[in-house]
Amino acid sequence: MPPTALADRQYAEAHEPLVFTDSKLVFFSSVSENTARFVEKLQMDSARIPLHAHEPKLITTAPYILLIPTYGGERGKRSILPQIMKFLGYEENRKNLRGVIGAGNTNFGEFYCIAAKRIAEKCNVPVLYTFELMGTPEDVLRVREGLETFWTPASQKQQKP
Amino acid sequence: MSEKIQLTNKVEAINWNRIQDEKDVEVWNRLVNNFWLPEKVPLSNDIQSWATLTEDEKLLTMRVFTGLTLLDTLQGTVGAVSLIPDAITPHEEAVYTNIAFMESVHAKSYSSIFSTLASTKEIDEAFRWSTENVNLQKKAQIIESYYHGEDPLKRKIASTLLESFLFYSGFYLPMHWSSHAKLTNTADLIRLIIRDEAVHGYYIGYKFQKGLEGLSEERKQELKDYTFELMFELYENEVQYTHDLYDPVGLSEDVKKFLHYNANKALMNLGYEAMFPATVTDVSPAILSALSPNADENHDFFSGSGSSYVIGKAVNTEDEDWDF
Repeated sequence: MPPTALADRQYAEAHEPLVFTDSKLVFFSSVSENTARFVEKLQMDSARIPLHAHEPKLITTAPYILLIPTYGGERGKRSILPQIMKFLGYEENRKNLRGVIGAGNTNFGEFYCIAAKRIAEKCNVPVLYTFELMGTPEDVLRVREGLETFWTPASQKQQKP
Repeated sequence: MSEKIQLTNKVEAINWNRIQDEKDVEVWNRLVNNFWLPEKVPLSNDIQSWATLTEDEKLLTMRVFTGLTLLDTLQGTVGAVSLIPDAITPHEEAVYTNIAFMESVHAKSYSSIFSTLASTKEIDEAFRWSTENVNLQKKAQIIESYYHGEDPLKRKIASTLLESFLFYSGFYLPMHWSSHAKLTNTADLIRLIIRDEAVHGYYIGYKFQKGLEGLSEERKQELKDYTFELMFELYENEVQYTHDLYDPVGLSEDVKKFLHYNANKALMNLGYEAMFPATVTDVSPAILSALSPNADENHDFFSGSGSSYVIGKAVNTEDEDWDF
């Protein structure tokens, strides 16, 4: 008897190269590196969602904040990049998600940071902050301080769903 | 025009099945999906609203739009085209032809606005003004001189500053009217232009940064210094242009904040740090909200008192493969 589709999937997943992270900050950045530059300026431990399909999949093992860009346009369609959807396709990654930070451009009007907003809505977590392009020095400061406070035990007691 | 604009000297059949830079395809698709024409916007619904503007306000609006027409014409017929010979990939060339065409659509859109709202005499008068205004002519000349210059990376710098900075002294006005519930259909059209310019500035800025890869530190520094010098030169001219236009209606100070805010974004598109501190980029919330209706929502959870726990309010979840 040929293996069932479910067994096939389990086999494939079990044999897919995976990499685990307990970083509290997970981000995506395209080859333009805008978001990566912002993360670099935060000077925090972070993990990057793989850009290409052949790279090992990223699995979180601890609560984290997701930081992702929206490239805008197209009336909000296809706003969430396939790499990010794939990352959130893993149950652990959805379970560990505590909040979303969006990068974008207000030129995209009502679709400013729409990917971050959609993920937050879908996963029932807050949008913590939005900023434009690679972020101003003020944005870097706010997010760095904000994240530090966010992860302090007192603040976590309130946040935990 | 006496000088010759360079043409690319080697053309190969473009193969979209062999992609060297994924950004080319991504941006091409964005631009194609964003395609629009002014005829789709019901501008005539603004006729009544136009009639409520004072003579000064009408004159300002006409002048601002002829200024924008000049920049879009420059970018469509010279700017985007001048980038083609130095494209790194054939797909990049194709993207520039798309950008050039859309700039021509933008330039034509202003004429649609004019013919809907103003008389032939008023239109001719505004175009005459545009050829005589010193600051407007100066900004076009500065940019054009780089398009005709020898340095391909400097052309990209000039082009990005035009797309991401120079338009904004003009874009301010329709956003201002929109925030006062005036000329709202015109504002819808301008928002489409603003969206396109964001993709153009992002892409040309990205290609500039690709061009920096592998250059000597000395050359990189030269280009960085050059960017900031050009930004200052253009900025000083923009400030004068702003006073010239907006002083009669008392909006100059807020327009300047909008200039600072967009200058930062232009620099970021080129991969450089923002230059203006937050204290001078605090554009009035009404303008920001006219630009991006949701941007004024409290998305600074960190500074909030805890009552601002905002679950993202999204339009519709319609992205494919989005079920778990």
